[in-house]
Amino acid sequence: MTRTPMRERFYAELDPVLDEDPRVAVVLAVIGAAALADTSARHPDRVIDVGIREQSMIGVAGGLALAGMRPIVHTYAPFLVERAYEQIKLDLGHQDVGALLVSTGASYDASTAGRTHQAPADVALMSALPGWTVHAPGHSDELARLVRRESSASRRAYVRMSTLQNATAYPIDGNLHLVRGGAHTMPLVVAVGPILDTVLDATKDLPVRVAYTSTPHPLDVHGLRTLAGPAPTVAMVEPYLEGTSAASVAAALVDRPSRVVHVGVPRGTELRRYGSPKDHAAAHGLDAAGIRARLKEMV
Amino acid sequence: MSTTTVPPPVLDLLARITGDEKHDPSAHSTLDVLWVLYDQVLDVAPDRLDDPRRDRFLLSKGHGPASTYAVLAAKGFIPPAWLDDVGSWESRLGHHPDRVLVPGIEIGSGSLGHGLPITVGLALGLRITHEPGPAGPAGRGGEADRDPRVVVLVGDGELDEGSNAEAIATAARFGLGNLTCVVVDNASNQLGWPGGISSRFAVEGWAATDVDGRDHEALRTALLQTEPDRPTVVVARTTDEFRGVDQSDTAETDPASKGAAA
Repeated sequence: MTRTPMRERFYAELDPVLDEDPRVAVVLAVIGAAALADTSARHPDRVIDVGIREQSMIGVAGGLALAGMRPIVHTYAPFLVERAYEQIKLDLGHQDVGALLVSTGASYDASTAGRTHQAPADVALMSALPGWTVHAPGHSDELARLVRRESSASRRAYVRMSTLQNATAYPIDGNLHLVRGGAHTMPLVVAVGPILDTVLDATKDLPVRVAYTSTPHPLDVHGLRTLAGPAPTVAMVEPYLEGTSAASVAAALVDRPSRVVHVGVPRGTELRRYGSPKDHAAAHGLDAAGIRARLKEMV
Repeated sequence: MSTTTVPPPVLDLLARITGDEKHDPSAHSTLDVLWVLYDQVLDVAPDRLDDPRRDRFLLSKGHGPASTYAVLAAKGFIPPAWLDDVGSWESRLGHHPDRVLVPGIEIGSGSLGHGLPITVGLALGLRITHEPGPAGPAGRGGEADRDPRVVVLVGDGELDEGSNAEAIATAARFGLGNLTCVVVDNASNQLGWPGGISSRFAVEGWAATDVDGRDHEALRTALLQTEPDRPTVVVARTTDEFRGVDQSDTAETDPASKGAAA
């Protein structure tokens, strides 16, 4: 099946968003500017390309928000989140203003580009700052709905787009959704965003339940507690830095005995290889075989 | 009407923060500029803190907020009593200012190199959101049809931060006539700026002026001057004020105010 790539879908959504809301301004640092040339021509004041200046990109977004506007800021994940991290902390958070940050290049999507273009810690970093909501949509329909909703909000939100997508879009309500049910005593596997279909494949003959969310932060603690039951075995499978949601899960289950496994991009070593995203997924144990091996230990 | 020196009551307010014996040089180097801005230039008032049409002053050099606090108190933005326990648990006034806590403070600052990039976005945003009208010389009283002005104060040492270089370029390229950057030059930068500070702005297309940072009439004239399609920088030299000896580094590199050195 073919699905519109998230990045293409994001660019297509911006024109109507700019049409509908005069508060919205798109802030770029070259990346995306070519694809948005027509949009920029229609909204020359409100598509702002600062050049290759990521610190200014976030600072300008902070200033626009102080003027009452709604900035949408977009570039590659490492340049958006890591390059200008103090600007995100101070120019947005400390000023108590909002913005929508939308990254492209999730984790190892840019496998051939190497480490400079990869930021698997992005969700952990954004979650470490006060007041941010983090979305990892698993389908371009989810992405489009998230962009529409967050564009008209005023809070701080981070949306990480991925080249990987699931077959089915789920609601973007921030809740955990049970995708494969079963006895409530069965282990619960939580898949975040675009890793869901891989998790479903990895667990198709395992005695586990599978739940899904596109919003890892804040995690749906109520839903997790309800689905987990009194003495749960839980696996969090996240297509970014392993253990990113560990503190949230631990806090949710603090009142009951639990076994929790975290599966994600390993922290320990830098993978100095190119190849395809599939190659990287296999190397990180994030393909179906790798996830299955981790989950079989659990069951 | 317009004064040639900071009025004694304002100095008394400053002394409530810094103590009577001596003024903190870092704070003092900005006092004349701040007084002229709030007394004669900016179109802002305590009863208009939420007015989108108000002019904005952004203290980027957040490690010297005492003179800003004193001027805000003198102009009725904050109660003078707040000046008596800066930095305490109960105080809204810290050694770096927080816009969420202090009426009239437009940005929280302290880490250097953030104010000018934010100012570029704010000036852009005010240009977009403001009803367009014929451009005119900005002046006290706020002509109804001009974009609100944004004035940011940076230190010469602060210009060491590369984020300022980004913003100096973008402000000019975006033609932000409603943006003024005041560089308070107390010769505290570590490695120098060959060619002079104002030339760094001028080469990017800014309207650039050098003034004596103690001369109120010169400051007033420079700060009221804007051009419709390019930003303005006013470099205010303050080194002479310290009896020929630059003491400004001592406060700014004090470990107590570190994190904001220079």
